[in-house]
Amino acid sequence: MNLTILYFASLRESLGMAKEAVVLPADVGNVGALRTHLSARGETWQRLAPGHNVRAAVNQHMAADEQVLAAGDEVAFFPPVTGG
Amino acid sequence: MEVRVQEADFDVGVETRALSAGRTDIGAVSTFLGLVRGASDGVQCMTLEHYPGMTEQSLAEIVAEAKQRWSLLAVRVIHRVGPLQPGAQIVFVGVASAHRGEAIAACEFIMDFLKTRAPFWKKEQTPEGSRWVDARDTDDTAAARWLDVESRR
Repeated sequence: MNLTILYFASLRESLGMAKEAVVLPADVGNVGALRTHLSARGETWQRLAPGHNVRAAVNQHMAADEQVLAAGDEVAFFPPVTGG
Repeated sequence: MEVRVQEADFDVGVETRALSAGRTDIGAVSTFLGLVRGASDGVQCMTLEHYPGMTEQSLAEIVAEAKQRWSLLAVRVIHRVGPLQPGAQIVFVGVASAHRGEAIAACEFIMDFLKTRAPFWKKEQTPEGSRWVDARDTDDTAAARWLDVESRR
């Protein structure tokens, strides 16, 4: 499954990446599984692991770990928002 | 446009008057203006990052929710992005309704949800270097109390 992943703010800086295209293994089917999959990349990716204070959005809507992913989705990870 | 995300500054008078221009059914306009805090916090400059697309969409959804809760006649939300100096205007919320109660409550509601749902992030430049602003629990509390308001209706 092909996805686009975006990273914002402090997460973008610590990962050194704003955007990437990924091809996911078949067993990575929801946001929580994607978090686990990405956090296995190394120490700087640990912030993405489930339970950490990083929010997710799928196709520009806030998404919980249970949200199912589909090919072509735009997934974003970011810290809690601080606008206003 | 009801919702605008822009680098440019805005004129509060122009934006406020636009809410009721040419109308006679509006009896109340409530506005909120947010400014960049500076000197006392040691902040020399602030940079606002956002998620283009999702930002506009989330603000539009917050406005739509406010319109479901209250009888609103006009709404305008402007949020600036990019580098901003202390004292600069950063956010404007204007709400028009027939009577003051709806306008005042909806204005506060929109700000509370903007603070917790709209994908903006502040980075402050201080003499010690730059730092990302941490989200505040009090903002979550402020937004959560509207859920109680809903359940009491």
